[in-house]
Amino acid sequence: MARPADLELASVTKRYGGTVAVDSISLKIKAGTYCCLLGPSGCGKSSTLRMIAGHESVSDGDIVLGNQIVNDKPPAQRGSAMMFQSYALFPHLSVRDNVAFSLRMKGIDKPTRHKRADEMLALVDMTPYAERLPAQLSGGQQQRVALARALVTDPQILLLDEPLSALDPFLKIRVRAELKRFQRELGISFIHVTHSQEEAMALADLVVIMSHGRIEQAGAPRAIFETPASEFVARFIGGHNILPIFGKTVSVRADRVSLVPQDDAPGGRRAIVRSTEYQGSNVVVGLVAEDGTELVAIVPDKVFFARPVEVGDATAVTWDEADIHEFAA
Amino acid sequence: MLSETRGWGFWLLAAFFVLFVLFLYGPLSTIVLLSFQGENGGLTFPMNGFSFTWFGRLFETQAVGDFGGSFRRSLSLGVMVMAVTVLVSLLAGLAFRRRFRASTPLFYLAVASLIVPSILISLGIGLLFQVIGIRPAWYSSAFGAHLTWTLPFGLLIMLAVFNRFNTAYEEAARDLGASPWQTFRFVVLPLILPSLIGVALFGFTLSYDEFARTMMTAGTFNTLPLEIYAMTTNVTTPVLYALGTVTTGLSFLVIFTALAVVLVLQRRRARLGSDAGKGTL
Repeated sequence: MARPADLELASVTKRYGGTVAVDSISLKIKAGTYCCLLGPSGCGKSSTLRMIAGHESVSDGDIVLGNQIVNDKPPAQRGSAMMFQSYALFPHLSVRDNVAFSLRMKGIDKPTRHKRADEMLALVDMTPYAERLPAQLSGGQQQRVALARALVTDPQILLLDEPLSALDPFLKIRVRAELKRFQRELGISFIHVTHSQEEAMALADLVVIMSHGRIEQAGAPRAIFETPASEFVARFIGGHNILPIFGKTVSVRADRVSLVPQDDAPGGRRAIVRSTEYQGSNVVVGLVAEDGTELVAIVPDKVFFARPVEVGDATAVTWDEADIHEFAA
Repeated sequence: MLSETRGWGFWLLAAFFVLFVLFLYGPLSTIVLLSFQGENGGLTFPMNGFSFTWFGRLFETQAVGDFGGSFRRSLSLGVMVMAVTVLVSLLAGLAFRRRFRASTPLFYLAVASLIVPSILISLGIGLLFQVIGIRPAWYSSAFGAHLTWTLPFGLLIMLAVFNRFNTAYEEAARDLGASPWQTFRFVVLPLILPSLIGVALFGFTLSYDEFARTMMTAGTFNTLPLEIYAMTTNVTTPVLYALGTVTTGLSFLVIFTALAVVLVLQRRRARLGSDAGKGTL
């Protein structure tokens, strides 16, 4: 196995003609990190990944992998490997030949490359499927073959472009647990592009939230959820109320908002219930305050059903002073 | 609307389709039938007995016309046109994947010869050869005339093929260390091979039965379509029909062989991925 390496982006910029897709971003990813690039479509996360992979030229700045600048190196000589969106498995080659493809390109003889490929297939639990064509596999199986094909190149870092987007919801959760397990076992960095905050929260050691070609915030999932750096981050990550308090825009987590009868809370805000959504362990209550601010309260089911409210009810909302979070910016 | 029986629309369209098939194969079956005309039979119905005489006569020297020679010429010409069409369409298709300076005018210029009437192109090329002072022949001027027909078709097919081609396969190959040539050889070429075979068959048939573009460019020796046409005015025996039957049979043989090969390949691939007989659940 290759030695895991650190990755550093130094003022990396990508321009397409006049438009700037990635605007001078800087980021350090320590070896062995599961990093998720998270953001809405068009935020520059895919361009960033493709620049790291070498499939897109860097307009400005440097990409440093290990101890060398890889800007001008072809993809295969960077020490990175990429797993493509919807996997791009070669449809005319068997699973074994797909995995052995990079070895064949290097001119390694057939018995050796088939042996290596079979080892990789064993690693991802796909040995019984070696003779199959990609079209004869399920989405989850294709994903594992794509992983094996990338890992056979012995990468120091693995790049994954929306690897779960082609899977159905149940499979998504199972496969993402597998990805996390592989990353831990291999000890190399995974850089995973996604637009799902849930996916990023579940997987990442380091979440990088991007918007308009810039990094809005980079940090551990917990740090991002508890202390979002900007209104954008709070909105994008979800589960936060954004509201003005004393002339400032602040955030309050939806699960820290409590509903109380109006008479019991002289300090609470009066609000009308707009919607209730039962989610099993929680009930999500949508409200609109007197000043027109929309609010969401996530109430534990036990608390909610002790004093249920219905759409149209007048109630009040409160939260602890300590739960008010002011944005850094 | 969810009734189990088919509506009148289905039967109307089915009847229309049957008419279409009759229209398509009616004349052909007439010719096939008449080629088995008895020894004393003529060019029209009724059948005067049943024999294989005319197929035998086909391979004897004719009073007028030369089947064997013209067939060999048409076959060689078809193969030449096929080879050049495949190669040039493939390269042109690859070139048109990127936009280059004047690519749009070049494209329209290339396909314009599909719109110009075939006979005019034939006439033009024939005249040009005369002006330059080269004798027109099936392997030079007619070859060129056929290419003006098959190349734009081939190019259009390749454009459609590359339009649908997922570039992620090439990026994946590059990511796995393939050189541009290796990417083409091991990824792009195998994936577009069925379309290339299509272009080849297309190029061959377009050339093999081309009449108008050969008319003014074939020179001294005729291709098969020209020979057949010439003979319709001279030959008064069902030998002509026998020829029709043999060439049609040959075409069907080629088509069915190609289909059979594709089917066998698909079966073989499918078998690799089947769990049948392996005792797994």
